Amino acid sequence: MPKPDLPLVARDIRKNIIRSLAIAGSGHTAGAMGTADIFAWWYFGGGLRHRSGEPSWEGRDRLILSCGHYAPVLYVTLAMAGYFPLAELSSLRKIGSRLQGHPVKRVELKKMSGLGHEILPGVENTSGPLGQGVSVAVGMALAAKRRGEKHWVWCLGSDGEVQEGQTWEAYISAVKYELGNLIYVIDYNNIQITGEVSKIMPLGNLKKRLEGCGMEVMEIDGHDFEDLEKVKEWAGLHPKTPKAVIMVTTPGKGVGFMENNYRWHGIPPTKEQAFDALEELIRGKK
Amino acid sequence: MTEVQMKATRDGFGEALLSLGEKQNKVMVVCADLEESMRVEEFGKRFPERMVEVGVAEQNMVGLAAGLALEGNCVFAVSYAAFSPGRSWDQIRVSVALSNLNVKIVGGHTGLGVGPDGATHQALEDIAIMRVLPGMMVVVPADAYQARQATERLSELYGPAYLRLTRQKTGLFVDKALKFEIGKAQILRQGKDITVVGCGPILGEAMKVAEKLAGRVSVEVINMHTVKPIDAETLIRSAKKTGRVLCIEDHQVTGGLGGAVAEVLSEKMPVRLERMGVADKWGESGLPEDLYEKFGLSARWIEGRVEKLML
Repeated sequence: MPKPDLPLVARDIRKNIIRSLAIAGSGHTAGAMGTADIFAWWYFGGGLRHRSGEPSWEGRDRLILSCGHYAPVLYVTLAMAGYFPLAELSSLRKIGSRLQGHPVKRVELKKMSGLGHEILPGVENTSGPLGQGVSVAVGMALAAKRRGEKHWVWCLGSDGEVQEGQTWEAYISAVKYELGNLIYVIDYNNIQITGEVSKIMPLGNLKKRLEGCGMEVMEIDGHDFEDLEKVKEWAGLHPKTPKAVIMVTTPGKGVGFMENNYRWHGIPPTKEQAFDALEELIRGKK
Repeated sequence: MTEVQMKATRDGFGEALLSLGEKQNKVMVVCADLEESMRVEEFGKRFPERMVEVGVAEQNMVGLAAGLALEGNCVFAVSYAAFSPGRSWDQIRVSVALSNLNVKIVGGHTGLGVGPDGATHQALEDIAIMRVLPGMMVVVPADAYQARQATERLSELYGPAYLRLTRQKTGLFVDKALKFEIGKAQILRQGKDITVVGCGPILGEAMKVAEKLAGRVSVEVINMHTVKPIDAETLIRSAKKTGRVLCIEDHQVTGGLGGAVAEVLSEKMPVRLERMGVADKWGESGLPEDLYEKFGLSARWIEGRVEKLML
């Protein structure tokens, strides 16, 4: 199979994010747009070992989404990768939909017990309230390590999320248990809902703080596929140390009027804005 | 009367875990720096590969437990109730309950019975905040032997659960021959004049009162060890028979077993109901027996409330 053109895949992911959010009429745009490249790389560029026809395949690499408000980029990529029909993307945030506003994973013994909707294939964890996914990822990595399983556990968090104390509890526990199979990616886009992260609550020297916990830290450009490839090589070099990747991205990437504007953190495009955004994504910047 | 053997419910829990460890390799324990006190130290020594110590970090404890459960383990997440579910409730709600994972939250040192540590450590709200979560089982063993049974049964039942334990040694007063089943109340004593329903070791005091009053007042004593799902059927049947219900627990009367009982009876079988527990107050330091006396939960007070309801 020829290697897919990842920039093109990422562009399609962005287009589908815009469409889904415009139809939904609510949701978070900036972070999802900013991380389309790593999602393209994960699901189409060999970043993750996964099987869309067998979402529970035991050998799969796990992707734990800790910043649940990035749901649109996860859903869009899963649909494009064949986990469920693309047409279902238009049900995002609608009643009865499997595409909940924030991802819900539920282990059901009986189908539909206690929930009004079914569970979306490919979603590994429930997230929304920030900070929780990091701990879940640590638990999954620990389970894998103790069983001698060889898959990676990836976790995607956001920079604003690092303000949650729980994340720091999780980092030091990952170091204590020498979880070399954990790769924790922080989407460093410097926005959160109220403004710029550096103004709302500065994170200090994040690299030094993470290193201070005992993690291996790498800084990359989240829009550079060569950088993403390097993460994998680098991760293999440190079998006993959990990895943190500070991934610098542009929030709202690909659409000029959204880029680097914190106001796009938690709102969707209107129909008109969506047309403009799609045009820019298709034809390039005006 | 024969001497009643004394033992803490946390000890029954610890013993059950050890035997579960031998039988099931999916049983894991995550603990937040309270291994000795919560009686999981021995489990950790015997099964180091199934023990995780996270330090003083209850939020991470619960999230990490959820991760282990997502990989197919049955995980007991263990701390004092004031800290978990106290501090970790959001993690329990989202990472465990909404996800319907096989994590058993074990909260120790509950109620006024904690004693000298005082109000900060006397969890009096834990039943309320756990029972409100959809799908969450809430189990309050009455004595150490029952704690052992509850731990074993919960490990066999898939799904999120809360197990409420206590620090102090209390009497083994529940007849071991009685069947123990999650969600099914035990009738510890048959009676026809008044129903006393309760949970936890404090119910032992109610049993003493029932014995003392026997011959004059016929007291039915129900052990509602599972607060959720509550055994409404047994409760309604008894209330219908006696027409008077007294509820007792070492917890705030608001939202706990008393709340659950009031919800059932007011809708299905309105009878005279009084609830004993901590009445919207904070605990304080002291010996458990002195605190029960001061807060109106000792046998003497229970007797008074029974007499009052019989008027």
